[in-house]
Amino acid sequence: MSPHAKGALRPDLAVIADHVEPGARVLDIGCGNGDLLAALTEKGCDARGLELDAANVAHCVGRGLSVMQGDADTDLVYYPDKSVDYAILSQTLQTTRRPDLILENLLRIAPRGFVSFPNFAHWRVRASLLTGGRMPVTRLIPVAWYETPNIHHLTIADFRALLAERGITAERAWFFTGGKASRQRFANLTAEHAVFLVSRG
Amino acid sequence: MAAPAPNPAAGPVLKLAEPLPLDSGRSLADVEVAYETYGTLNAERSNAILICHALTGDQHVASPHPITGKPGWWIRMVGPGLPIDTDRFFVICANVIGSCMGSSGPASAAEDGKAYAMRFPVITIRDMVRAQVALVDALGIETLHAVVGGSMGGMQVLSWAANFGERLNAALVIASTARHSAQNIAFHEVGRQAIMADPAWNGGDYYADDVGDPRKVGPESGLAVARMAAHITYLSEQGLTEKFGRRLQDRDAKTFGFDADFQVESYLRYQGLAFTDRFDANSYLYITRAMDYFDLAEEHGGKLADAFAGTKARFCLVSFDTDWLYPTSESRTIAHALNASGLPVSFVELSAPYGHDSFLLDVPELDQVVKGFLQ
Repeated sequence: MSPHAKGALRPDLAVIADHVEPGARVLDIGCGNGDLLAALTEKGCDARGLELDAANVAHCVGRGLSVMQGDADTDLVYYPDKSVDYAILSQTLQTTRRPDLILENLLRIAPRGFVSFPNFAHWRVRASLLTGGRMPVTRLIPVAWYETPNIHHLTIADFRALLAERGITAERAWFFTGGKASRQRFANLTAEHAVFLVSRG
Repeated sequence: MAAPAPNPAAGPVLKLAEPLPLDSGRSLADVEVAYETYGTLNAERSNAILICHALTGDQHVASPHPITGKPGWWIRMVGPGLPIDTDRFFVICANVIGSCMGSSGPASAAEDGKAYAMRFPVITIRDMVRAQVALVDALGIETLHAVVGGSMGGMQVLSWAANFGERLNAALVIASTARHSAQNIAFHEVGRQAIMADPAWNGGDYYADDVGDPRKVGPESGLAVARMAAHITYLSEQGLTEKFGRRLQDRDAKTFGFDADFQVESYLRYQGLAFTDRFDANSYLYITRAMDYFDLAEEHGGKLADAFAGTKARFCLVSFDTDWLYPTSESRTIAHALNASGLPVSFVELSAPYGHDSFLLDVPELDQVVKGFLQ
C-alpha cells in the first residue's frame, strides 16, 4: 500500500476510482503525483499516466507507476484510437490551450472518459466578481489571474454546452462543494467542482 | 603482426565454447567476456540486473578500475542501499566485445597468436548483446529482473528488448537513442580520422612485441584528440561556461601563442591524455563504428514499434534537458513507439546542467526514478 491510499484521495479522484472496473485500461491525462493511478493500480487496473511536470513524473516513476512526461495539448495524438477503456482528465481541462480538441482526443483514445474541473459559476466566484470586480481567488481557484495555470475557465453550463455541440453524452455527473458531494439541482450555482462521465454513446 | 596484450581483466572472464555469430555474417571464435558481479543471486535466480556500460566504460561499475585505481563509474548508483541496491539485486556488468578491458577486442590474440588489430571483425550493438546473453546463460539466469544502461549502454538495453525480449522484465534506458543520427556519426568520424591520421596508428598494427600494454603505445595523440572532441559532446555549453568560462590557466594574461591559455583547453588536454592511459585506439574505432551502425527500426523492417513485438517488459526512458548528443526528442520517439505497442512505459526529461554526462553525475531525481522503477 502506498502512503497515498484510496482513503486520502481527493473527492473527484475517489469518485473516478470507484467507477472504473478492476482490470480496465486507463490513461490519466495530467496525473499529477499519481494518487489516482496508484488507487487504480491497487484495484487491478492497467493504469498509465501523462504528466507535464518532470518532478511529478519522477515522483510517479519512483512510486512504481507508468507515467510519460508530455503535454496533453500536443502528445495525445501519439495514443492510438481506442487504446484504453477510460481516459481521465482530472483538473486538467481548464489548463489546456484547446479544451475542445483535448475532449475530442479523449473520446478517440477511449470510448469513455472522466472529466473533472472547477466550476467558475459557483456563487462565491460570481459574488466575488460582482461585488469586488476582481478575478476571484478561491479554494479551488487559488492562484491570482496572472499566474494561474487555468487559462480556460469554464462553468458546468459551459461544459454541458460543449458536450451538446460535439454530440457527446454526459452519462453521469457528480458535484462537490467543500470537499463533499453536493446535489444535482442548481449545480452550476452551488457546486465548486464537477466530475462528468462522458461518452459518444 | 605484433603480439597481443595480456588480458587486463581483474575479475572473472568467461570463455565462450561456441563461435559468436555476428551481424556482419562473420563469426568470432574463442570469444572472452570479462565481467564483474555484485550482490547475491537468489535461489529463484530472479533478482539479476544487467548493467550495460557506455562507449569508454567497462565492467567495473562499482569496483575500482584496475588500471587507473579510480572508483567504479557508477558507485553513486550501484551498491548496498543505493538505487540499484546490491543488498537486493545481483548486479552483473560485462565489458563489451570490441573493448579493451578483458573482453575480446582488436588487442586480443587471433588464432595465429598475434593481436587481431584491424583483422578483428566489425561488430554491432546486437553482437555485444549476444555476448552478454552468452554470459547470462553461463550464469544460469533465464530471465533478468532488469537491463539498465546509459548512452551506448541504453542502446544495448533497447537491443536486448528487441532481440531477447522474453529474457528481461524491465528495461531502463538513460540518455540514449534508438539510432545514431548523422550528427552523432559525424562526431565519431572526426574521432576516428584523428586516430587514423596519427602516424603511430600504422594501419592499426601498433601492438609492439616488447610492450606489454597496448595503451602505452600506438596513436596516443590521435586518440587524445578523438577523446577531446567527444568529451565536448558529453558536456553542455552551460556546464562548460560555469566550470571554465573564459578563465585563463595558471597565468594572468594571454600568451599570444598556442599553449593552453584557457582553462577549458587545459582540461580537454588532460582528459585526452588520461584517456590514452586506459583505452585502446583500435577499440575506440570498433566501438564507435558499432554505435554508428545502430538503427533499431532498420533492424526491424523500418518501424520502431515493431522492434518491441517480442517483449512484455516494462520500460523507463530518461533524458536530460541539456543533453544535445542524444536529445530528449530521441527518447520521446522511443517512448511513443513503445506506447503505440501498448507496453508499459514511463518517460521523463530531467533537468540537469551537465549535458549528456548527467547520467553519471549527481542528479537526485534520477536516483528516485531508477530506484522506483526497479522495485
